[in-house]
Amino acid sequence: MSDQTTTRRRLFMKLGILFNGFAAAVLAVPIGRFLLSSVTRGRANGYLSWVSLGRLSDFPEGETRLATFRNPLMMPTDGKTVDTACWVRRVEGQKFQVFAVNCAHLGCPVRWFPQSGLFMCPCHGGAYYRDGSRASGPPERGLFEYPYKVDNGLITIQAGEMPTPGASVACTERERPCA
Amino acid sequence: MRLISRIGGWFDERLQIAAPIRDAAEHPVPRNTASWWYVFGSAALVVFILQLVTGIMLALVYVPSAGEAWNSLQALNHDIALGWFIRALHGWGSNFMVAIVLIHMTQVFLFGAYKFPRELTWIVGVFLLLMTLGMAFTGQVLRFDQDAYWGLGIGASIASRVPIAGPAIVKLMLGGPIIAGATLSRFFAMHVFVIPGLLIGFVCLHLLMVLKLGINEWPMPGRLVRRATYVNEYHALTRKDGAPFVPFAVWKDLFFAAFILLAVAACAAWFGPFGPAGKPDPTIIQTVPKPDYFFLWLYALLSLLPPSMETPALLIGPVLVILGLLLLPFLSGEGEKSWKRRPIAVLTVLLLAITLGTFTHLAEYAPWSPQMNAWSGASIPDQFLKYTSAVERQGALVFQVKQCRNCHSLGENGGERGPALDTVAMRLTQDQLIRQVIQGGGNMPAYGKNLSPAETTALVAFLETLHPRGQAPARDASRDVVLGERR
Repeated sequence: MSDQTTTRRRLFMKLGILFNGFAAAVLAVPIGRFLLSSVTRGRANGYLSWVSLGRLSDFPEGETRLATFRNPLMMPTDGKTVDTACWVRRVEGQKFQVFAVNCAHLGCPVRWFPQSGLFMCPCHGGAYYRDGSRASGPPERGLFEYPYKVDNGLITIQAGEMPTPGASVACTERERPCA
Repeated sequence: MRLISRIGGWFDERLQIAAPIRDAAEHPVPRNTASWWYVFGSAALVVFILQLVTGIMLALVYVPSAGEAWNSLQALNHDIALGWFIRALHGWGSNFMVAIVLIHMTQVFLFGAYKFPRELTWIVGVFLLLMTLGMAFTGQVLRFDQDAYWGLGIGASIASRVPIAGPAIVKLMLGGPIIAGATLSRFFAMHVFVIPGLLIGFVCLHLLMVLKLGINEWPMPGRLVRRATYVNEYHALTRKDGAPFVPFAVWKDLFFAAFILLAVAACAAWFGPFGPAGKPDPTIIQTVPKPDYFFLWLYALLSLLPPSMETPALLIGPVLVILGLLLLPFLSGEGEKSWKRRPIAVLTVLLLAITLGTFTHLAEYAPWSPQMNAWSGASIPDQFLKYTSAVERQGALVFQVKQCRNCHSLGENGGERGPALDTVAMRLTQDQLIRQVIQGGGNMPAYGKNLSPAETTALVAFLETLHPRGQAPARDASRDVVLGERR
C-alpha cells in the first residue's frame, strides 16, 4: 500500500470517529433531557397545585389533626405512595397552620402529642412546639408549612413536592411557608 | 475419557484459551502467601456470585412497582416454595459481602498490599467497596416497606443539603417530586443493571491486576518497598521460594469459600429473610424507621453530631474519606509493609473499628430517640409512689400524662433522651426544677404553655420526692438567709 493511501485511510478513520461523535451528540440531547425531566419539570413549578384536605368542620378550633391528601401528580405504578399525611392545626376561625409530617431534620414522620403540646420525631429525637417552631433536638428549624387557603368551607393546601431541609432559601425562613 | 479430551480439544482448537487459563492457574506465588489471611478476596467474589444467582432468582418474581413490590415480596415469603429461603440467602449474602469486603480491605491495608506497584488495584478496590455499599443501600430500598420509604426520605433530606444543586439532586434521585413509583423503578435499575454491571467490570479489572502483578508477598519487617528494585525482588522471590497457585494455595480459598457459602445458608435457614416490614403507606406515621445493619453507625452519627456541624459533616465527610482512601497508595507507596512496624496503621484500624462498633451498638437501642409509647405503656413503679401525699400523686399523674416518660426514665423504664429522674431531687432544687419544667433548656422543650400553675406545682412536688430514702434533697442554702425562712 502506498503512503498516500495510508494517509487517506487515516483521514477516513478520523472522519469516521468525527461522524460517530456527531451521532453521539445528536442522541445525547434527547437522552439527557429524558434523564433530567424530573428536575426540569420541578424548576418550572410543574409539580405544585392546590389540593383539598376536607371540610372546615373536620378540624375543631384549637386542635391539631392528621389529614391526608393525594399527591397532585400521579403515575399508575405509584400504589399507596401518593397518599400523603399532614398535620392540620386550626388556630382559630379561618386561621390555620398546615405542617408536613416530615421532620425538618431528615424527613422522618413526626407525631403529635396533644397532652404535652409537642410534635416528636421517632428517628433522631427532634421535638417541635404546637406552632411548629423548634423545641429541641437536631432540627435546625421548625416544621415545614404548606401554604393554605379556605374556600367554600373547604381547606386547601398547595402541595406536590416532598419538603426537604435544603429545598430553597425561602424555606429556611419561618414566615414564608413552603413545601 | 478419550472422548472428553477429544471434545475438549475440539473446543480449544477454536477458543484457544486452555493455555492462558493454565498459565494463570499455575502462575507462581510466594510460598508464604498460601495463608488463611489471603482467602478474603476470593470469598468476596464467591459471595458476589451467590448474590448474582439469588438476585436473578428473586427477579423472576419481584415486581418493581411501588404498588406491587410489597405484595410480591409477601408472595415470595409465603406462597412460593422456598421463596423465603432465596430472599434470606440474598439478604444474608449482602450482610456477609459487606463484612467480607471490609475484612479484605483491612487485611490488604495492614499487609501493605496497596503499595507499589499495586496502587491501582487498591483504587479499583475502593470503588468496589463503594459499589458494594451502593448495592446494600439500593437493595434496602427494593425491600419496599416502611423502612425503605422513610429511608429514602432520609437520603433525599441529606441530598437536599448540597448547596445550590440540592433540590435538583433530590428530584433526580426520586425521579419526581415525591417518593413514588418512579423512585422504586430507578432504584431497581441501579440495583439490577447499573451497579452490578460496573461491579462485574471492576471485579475483572481487579482480578486481572492481581494476576499480572502477582499476589502481595507476606510482609517481613525491615523488607522495604522501593520503586526501583521491588519488581525484580518480587520475581526473585517467586523464583526462589514460589509455588504454583493451583493447587498449592488454592485449596485454602476453596475451603473458605465453601465454608462462607454454608455460613450464609445456615444464617438464612435459621434467621430467615429480612422483612418486609409494614406496608409503604406514607399515611401510616406510627413507624420508627431504622436503616439496615451496615448503615446503623450513620444513623447514630446523625443523632449525635451538633446540629450546626451536621450539614458540613454530611457533605464534606464522605468526600474526605473517599479522597483519603484513593490517595493512600500515593501518600505511602513505598517503605515498610509489615504491620509490626506500622503502629499508626494499626491504631487507625483499631480506632475506626471501635468507633464504628460503638456507633452501631448505640444505634441498636437509639438512646437519643424519645420512646413514643413510654407515657402510656410504662407505669410509674410502686416504690416511687409509696408514702406520697395527694398533691405528689397528682404530680405523678401529670408526669405520666404530659409524656415526660418518653424522654426520661424512672426505675430504668422510659426514654433515654433526657437524664433518668430516679434521683433528680438530689441534683436540682425546687426553684431549678420549676425553671427547667417551665422554660426547658439544654435539650428539653419548655412546658410553660402546656402546664397550668396547679399542674406545675404538683409535678414539681412529685419530682422533689425523687431521692433515695434517708438522703436529703438538694436545697438552696441562700434561700434561708434571703427569705429568713427556717426549716
